[in-house]
Amino acid sequence: MADRAQPVSTRWGLGAAALVAALIFGTLVAVAMRAEEGSGLSSSDWAALRFTLVQAVLSAAISVGLAIPVARALARRRFKGRQVLITLMGAPFILPVIVAILGLLEVFGRAGWVSAGLGLIGLPPVRIYGLHGVVLAHVFFNLPLATRLILQGWQEIPAERFRLAAQLGFGARAMLWRIEVPMLRRVVPGVLAVIFAICMTSFAVALTLGGGPKATTVELAIYQAFRFDFDLGRAALLSGVQLVLTGGAALLALRAATGAGFGGGQDRMVHRWDGRGRGARALDFSSIALGAAFLLLPLTAVVLSGLKGLSDLPIQVFSSALISVGVALVSMVLTLLLALPMAVAVALGRDKIGEAAGILGLAASPLVIGTGLFIIIFPFANPTTLALPVTALVNAVMALPFAVRILVPRARQVVVQYTRLSLSLGMVGWPFIRRVLLPRMRAQIGFTAGLAAALSMGDLGVIALFADPEVATLPLQVFRLMGSYQTDAAAGAALILLVLSMGIFWALDRGGRWHAEA
Amino acid sequence: MLKLEKCRIANGGFALTADFEVIAGTKIAVIGPSGGGKSTLLEAVAGFLPLKTGRIVWDGKTLQDKDPGARPVAMLFQDGNLFPHLTAEQNVGLGMNPNLKLDEDAHRKVLAALARVGLDGMSNRRSAELSGGQQSRVALARVLVQERALLLMDEPFAALGPAQKMEMLDLVSELCAETGSTALMVSHDPGDAKHFADQVILVHGGIAHAPQETGELFRDPPEALRTYLG
Repeated sequence: MADRAQPVSTRWGLGAAALVAALIFGTLVAVAMRAEEGSGLSSSDWAALRFTLVQAVLSAAISVGLAIPVARALARRRFKGRQVLITLMGAPFILPVIVAILGLLEVFGRAGWVSAGLGLIGLPPVRIYGLHGVVLAHVFFNLPLATRLILQGWQEIPAERFRLAAQLGFGARAMLWRIEVPMLRRVVPGVLAVIFAICMTSFAVALTLGGGPKATTVELAIYQAFRFDFDLGRAALLSGVQLVLTGGAALLALRAATGAGFGGGQDRMVHRWDGRGRGARALDFSSIALGAAFLLLPLTAVVLSGLKGLSDLPIQVFSSALISVGVALVSMVLTLLLALPMAVAVALGRDKIGEAAGILGLAASPLVIGTGLFIIIFPFANPTTLALPVTALVNAVMALPFAVRILVPRARQVVVQYTRLSLSLGMVGWPFIRRVLLPRMRAQIGFTAGLAAALSMGDLGVIALFADPEVATLPLQVFRLMGSYQTDAAAGAALILLVLSMGIFWALDRGGRWHAEA
Repeated sequence: MLKLEKCRIANGGFALTADFEVIAGTKIAVIGPSGGGKSTLLEAVAGFLPLKTGRIVWDGKTLQDKDPGARPVAMLFQDGNLFPHLTAEQNVGLGMNPNLKLDEDAHRKVLAALARVGLDGMSNRRSAELSGGQQSRVALARVLVQERALLLMDEPFAALGPAQKMEMLDLVSELCAETGSTALMVSHDPGDAKHFADQVILVHGGIAHAPQETGELFRDPPEALRTYLG
């Protein structure tokens, strides 16, 4: 391929990748130079490290453990609404964390539905703060992801295998050991590793449901060192620790990678002859029902209490909403400006860029980048005045690995299909980009834009680090309302956040597919 | 005159040599077993594959260092000759200006070309909405406005039915006669060659042989062609 002419240069992609690498490594260097080596890790730092690992292991194990029966049920049952349910399982990915947490509190909190139910039969209410709560929220987010990934594994078993099994009269046990267990052995390690890596860097969950000496993650400790003690040295040291953790987790995830990426499976129709017994049917039915309830009840709770809270919202909620939309749109544009050239470069044979984006994305922690940027900006300007641009930028970097992964396959297709024709017509550079690449990639660009905007919209990370009391994005506003016990207002604001996030995703994704044919 | 002087073309692990001349205005069929290098030959002339050694000369000017779009070549591929998201008119317009910046005059030319290939009134259709035969006609209209001296075709009508294919071959012949273009067409079908071509280039065993008169060649086929024809 190297000898062949190319319709666009890979320069821009390489430049974008270099820019991202410079941002990530630049902030790292800033952090490293500021870290106080002498002081070492205190006992509370060790506790944070331990808690981070324990919650991530538990979250991954429980998510996957529960996902297996749900995925199995979805794989072998056909029912009305099945496809809708599978699609819905993609929703937590773009669901603002703070919204989900409000929902989980409504259902599982001290005054929530479950506790109320327990109270009726004389049992004490459940405790949601601390390790329980953190793991519960992580399972809420990752059970659907695990289900989708494992379901993909099931769907990749060729239909012929099931036909043969039926012909040989496999019972439930033979089915399990000959077909299902080998598949799970291949798929599950990768899923475990990915969820483990995700839970290592999830900040907002620990911020809202964790805290205290027993339930502080490393990222939360960075935030506290920053916000409460303004101890940049300690924040930097903890950032180093976090980096080793996430880097290790990312390597683990990549090594165990199943190849089954983000996104749904083919969903081919496979005829199944097994699992027709009463026990199997009951098991599948209850798995699906419980899985769906676990996903849908908290969302329903947010909507219900949000509607109540809409009537008396403080004015700041609306200004925050406006700020959030602005940040989300800027972040979306930044994501596309970085991801598109990178995806094209990968499509033109620079595979390394794609790999690099994947590793950096998994390893980079928004809090660490935020700390680094703060250290860099601090001598020159008041970092809080730059809170919003920094948030948009960090959000874009965080969305980048997903964006590249979505854009690359289509970019590859377009390059393969239209390079010769475009070259023979002299469509090189901008004409190729404008007339061929962008129109042919519209659907994927729309989807990526929606994803990037929604992820930024719901992000509660670096903004918490930088923001002053005057400026807040909507998720931060919800968090502050929760903190000041304005529960109804928080619920109302959360509902607005939910609608805005989903709406912005829908509009951009839809816009990409509008009139996009062939 | 198109000259391929001691050309050696590498395509992956495969290499093709060519050393011959083609007289301007001739219609030539390129035939031979699949995998023999027919497409490789066309791609080298069009500029998609580099030469290892040798020169390609058109009208006294060397071509081998020029980009595909800068050669006096219009090319039709087996498929994917049109951008499905653009209209017929836009697809043809690209032949005049890759930026689609067309003045009044150019615009008239595009419409005239569409009319010439029998697509009057179809200019605003997206090419994805056209039938296979109509798509071939749009591609030919573009070839017309490109006004390139060399027309290279890599089995462009393979997806059409026999009657439609003959129709298109006749149209190509007419257009070549009108514009004086030199045409090289890869084909699997000896019938195409007999119907369309003045001369035939046989590509076989890593060699693209010099063109021979079609009638003569088929009257007394060399060993390689006999094997291919079966």
